[in-house]
Amino acid sequence: MEVIAMSDVEPEVADADAVERAESDADETASRAVENPILEVEDLEKRFGGIVAVDGASFAVEQGSITGLIGPNGAGKSTTFNCITGVHQPSGGRVVFDDEDITGDEPHQVANRGLVRTFQIARELPEMTVLENMMLAPKNQIGESLWRSVLPYFRDEVIEQEEELRERAWETLEFFEIDHLAEEYAENLSGGQRKLLELARALQTEPEMLMLDEPMAGVNPTLERKLLDHIHELREQGYTFLIVEHDMDVIMNNCERVIVMHQGAVLDRGTPAEIKANEQVIEAYLGGEV
Amino acid sequence: MSGADPEGDPGTDTADVPGEDDEESAMIRPKWGSDLFLIAKVVLATYALFFVVGVLSGAGVNATVGTIQSITFWAALFALGALALNLHWGYTGMFNIGIAGFMAIGAYTMSIAIASPDGTPAGFGLPIPIGILLGTIAAGIAGLVLVIPTLRVRADYFAIVTLGFSEIVRLSVQSRSLRQIGDTGYGTGGGQGIRATPVDSVVPWLFDQPIVGDVGGVILAAGEAVGIASSVTMRGMYTFILILFVVAFYVLLTRIAYSPFGRVLKAIREDELAAKSLGKRTDRAKIAAFAVGCALMGLVGTLWMGSRTHISPDHFMPLITFYVFVALIVGGAGSNTGSVIGGFAFAAFIFEGPRFVRTMVRANLGADFPRTAYGAFAEFGAGDPTALIGYVLYQQADEVRYIILGVVLIVLMIKRPDGLLGHRKEISAGVDLSRQGTVADGGRPAGGRTDASSPANGADETAAKDGGDRDE
Repeated sequence: MEVIAMSDVEPEVADADAVERAESDADETASRAVENPILEVEDLEKRFGGIVAVDGASFAVEQGSITGLIGPNGAGKSTTFNCITGVHQPSGGRVVFDDEDITGDEPHQVANRGLVRTFQIARELPEMTVLENMMLAPKNQIGESLWRSVLPYFRDEVIEQEEELRERAWETLEFFEIDHLAEEYAENLSGGQRKLLELARALQTEPEMLMLDEPMAGVNPTLERKLLDHIHELREQGYTFLIVEHDMDVIMNNCERVIVMHQGAVLDRGTPAEIKANEQVIEAYLGGEV
Repeated sequence: MSGADPEGDPGTDTADVPGEDDEESAMIRPKWGSDLFLIAKVVLATYALFFVVGVLSGAGVNATVGTIQSITFWAALFALGALALNLHWGYTGMFNIGIAGFMAIGAYTMSIAIASPDGTPAGFGLPIPIGILLGTIAAGIAGLVLVIPTLRVRADYFAIVTLGFSEIVRLSVQSRSLRQIGDTGYGTGGGQGIRATPVDSVVPWLFDQPIVGDVGGVILAAGEAVGIASSVTMRGMYTFILILFVVAFYVLLTRIAYSPFGRVLKAIREDELAAKSLGKRTDRAKIAAFAVGCALMGLVGTLWMGSRTHISPDHFMPLITFYVFVALIVGGAGSNTGSVIGGFAFAAFIFEGPRFVRTMVRANLGADFPRTAYGAFAEFGAGDPTALIGYVLYQQADEVRYIILGVVLIVLMIKRPDGLLGHRKEISAGVDLSRQGTVADGGRPAGGRTDASSPANGADETAAKDGGDRDE
C-alpha cells in the first residue's frame, strides 16, 4: 500500500509528512492522495464543553476540484466549516490554506486570504437590496475607511472605485441570471434565489476557494441544476469548491473527490466510486454500528 | 384637541411623497434636492398651521412667533440628536440608550473649559469655540472607551451598558466627591452644576461685528416693525446657528450613508457574521461609527446647554435619550432625511404643541383655573366645563405631552411602523447603482421591478397604505 502511494507522489513532495500520512492511513491508495492541495486540515478538534464535535479530522482539498463533504447529521461537517473559516476557534489541530497557517484566524482574515464560505441557511442581508449585497462583498474597497468616504478629495477615488464595482456586480448578477432582482430587497427573494445571491456575493470577493454549506437545501430541482451548472462553469474558470451536501446523488454525480465524516472524524475519502463501495460509509448513513 | 388636529396634517403631507419617490427612483439614491424640498414642505406647512391657528385663536403674533422660534430651536436640537443616533441605531444597529450621558460629557467638558477661573467651581476661561471642540472630543473619546470592551455584547445587553453608562455619568457629576476636586477649585459643582457664559452669547458678539452686525440690525428692525420682540429675534439668531449645524450634520452623515463605509455599517446591522465572512472588518467599523456618533452627541449637548448660563445634572435625565429616540422613530430610523423630519415633527407637535395650546387657552379663557383635579371636577360638576379644560390644557400642559407621546407612538406602530417617511430605499453606495450603458438596458430595472414586486407583498401593502392615507 505504502509503495503505491509513494510511487504516485512526486519525489520532492514525498517528505516526512506525506510518508506519515500514508503510513497512518492503511487505506490510502493512489487516488486518495491529494497532489496539489489548496486546503489542508490536520487533526482538527473542536470541543463544546464535554461534547466533542470534531475529533481529529484530517483531509485535504485538491486545487481546482469540486470536493464533497458528506456525513450523517451530527458528523461535525458544519463545525468543521466553522473552524476552518474562523467562526469557531478550533480546540486543536491545524488549518493550512494556500501554504499558510490560518488556524484560529478571524473570519474576515480568512475571507481576505481568498477562502470564502456560504451558510447552511442563507445569510443574505435582508433589508439591503440585492445590488447592495453584491456591492458589499468586493475586497480592498478604499471607501470602507470612514475618512476616505467623507473627505472631499478622497471621495473622488471612492466614487471611481464604486463605478467599477457596480459594473462587476451587474456582470455577476447576469451570470447567475438574477439581474432582474437587482433592486429588490434581499428579504423578498425566494429561498433558492437567496442561495444564488449568496454564491454570487461570495464570488464578488474574488476568492480562490469557495466553501458551500448545503447549497442545494430548499432549492427546487430546476434551480438546483442551474446552481450546479454554475458551479461547474466556475470550476472551469479555476475556482476550487468544497461542498457540504446531504443529497448523495448531487455529491456522487458532481464531485471528483468525496470526504466522509462520521462522529467528528474522517471516515473515508476518495473518488465517488470508491466511497460508494465502502461498507462503512453505507453503515454510517444507515445508522449501523461502526 | 388641537394636538390631534395638526398631527394629521404633516402625516398626509409626507405620505404621498415617499410613494412617488419609490416609483421614480427605486435604484437611485434619494436626491438632495427632493429631500430638501420634502423637509422644507413639512416645515413650512407646520409653520403656516401654527401661525394661522395662533393668530386666529387670539394668542397674538408675538406669542405665535415665539412658539415657532421655540419649535425651531427644539427641532434643530432633536434633529441633531436623531441624526447622531441614526448613525448608531438606524445604520449600525447599535442600540445606544445612553445619549444623555454623552451629551452630559460634552456639555460639562465645555462648561468647565469656558467657565470663569474665578467662579465656583472654577473653569479655565477658554474661548467658546474651543470649549465646544473639547466637549465634542471628550464625548468621542468616552464613546471609544465604552465601545471597545462591549464590541461583542449583544444588542440588548449593549443597550443596558449604554443606559448604565449615562446614569453613571449623571450620578458622577452630581456626586459630592467631584463637586470640587481636592483643593484645585475645579470640579463639576455637584448638584448645583456649573455657571458659565452661555454659548448663545456669540449672538450679541456677532451683532458687534461689522457686516454681520448690520445684517442683524436690519433683521432686528424688521422684526420689531411687525411686532416681534428683539429677544425673540436674538434667540432666533442662535436657532439659525443651530440650523447651520443641522445642515453640517446632514451632509456629513449622508456622505457616510452613501459610501462603502455606510454599506459595511448596514451589513453589520443586518448580519454581522455574514459581513465578517465576506472579509469585512466589522469591529473597526463599529468602533469608528460609535465614536463619531458619540462625538456628535457631545456636540449636541454643548449646543443645547449653550443657550443656558447654568448646567446641572438634572438636565441629563434618561428622558432626553427617550425623546431623541422618539424623534428618530417618528421620522423613520435608517434615513437621515427621516431623522430631520422626525426631529421637527417631534418638537412641533409633541414637545412644543401642548405649550402652544396652553398659550392659546390663556389668551382665550384666562389663567384662573383650579389647581387640582378635585377642584376641576367639582367645578365641572357645578356646570363649568372650562374649568376642566383649563385644568388639563393649562395647569397640566407638560403632562399632556406624555399622553400625546404615548398616543403617537401607538398609532405610529400600527399605521406606519417605519416612521413618517416609511420604508425608504436608500441605497448605500457612492454612485447611482442602476445599470449604466446602452439604452436597451435602460428599461430593464423597471421591468424587473414590476415582476419582482408581485411576490413582495410588503411593498404592495405599504403602497396600499399610502393610497389609503391620501384618500382620507
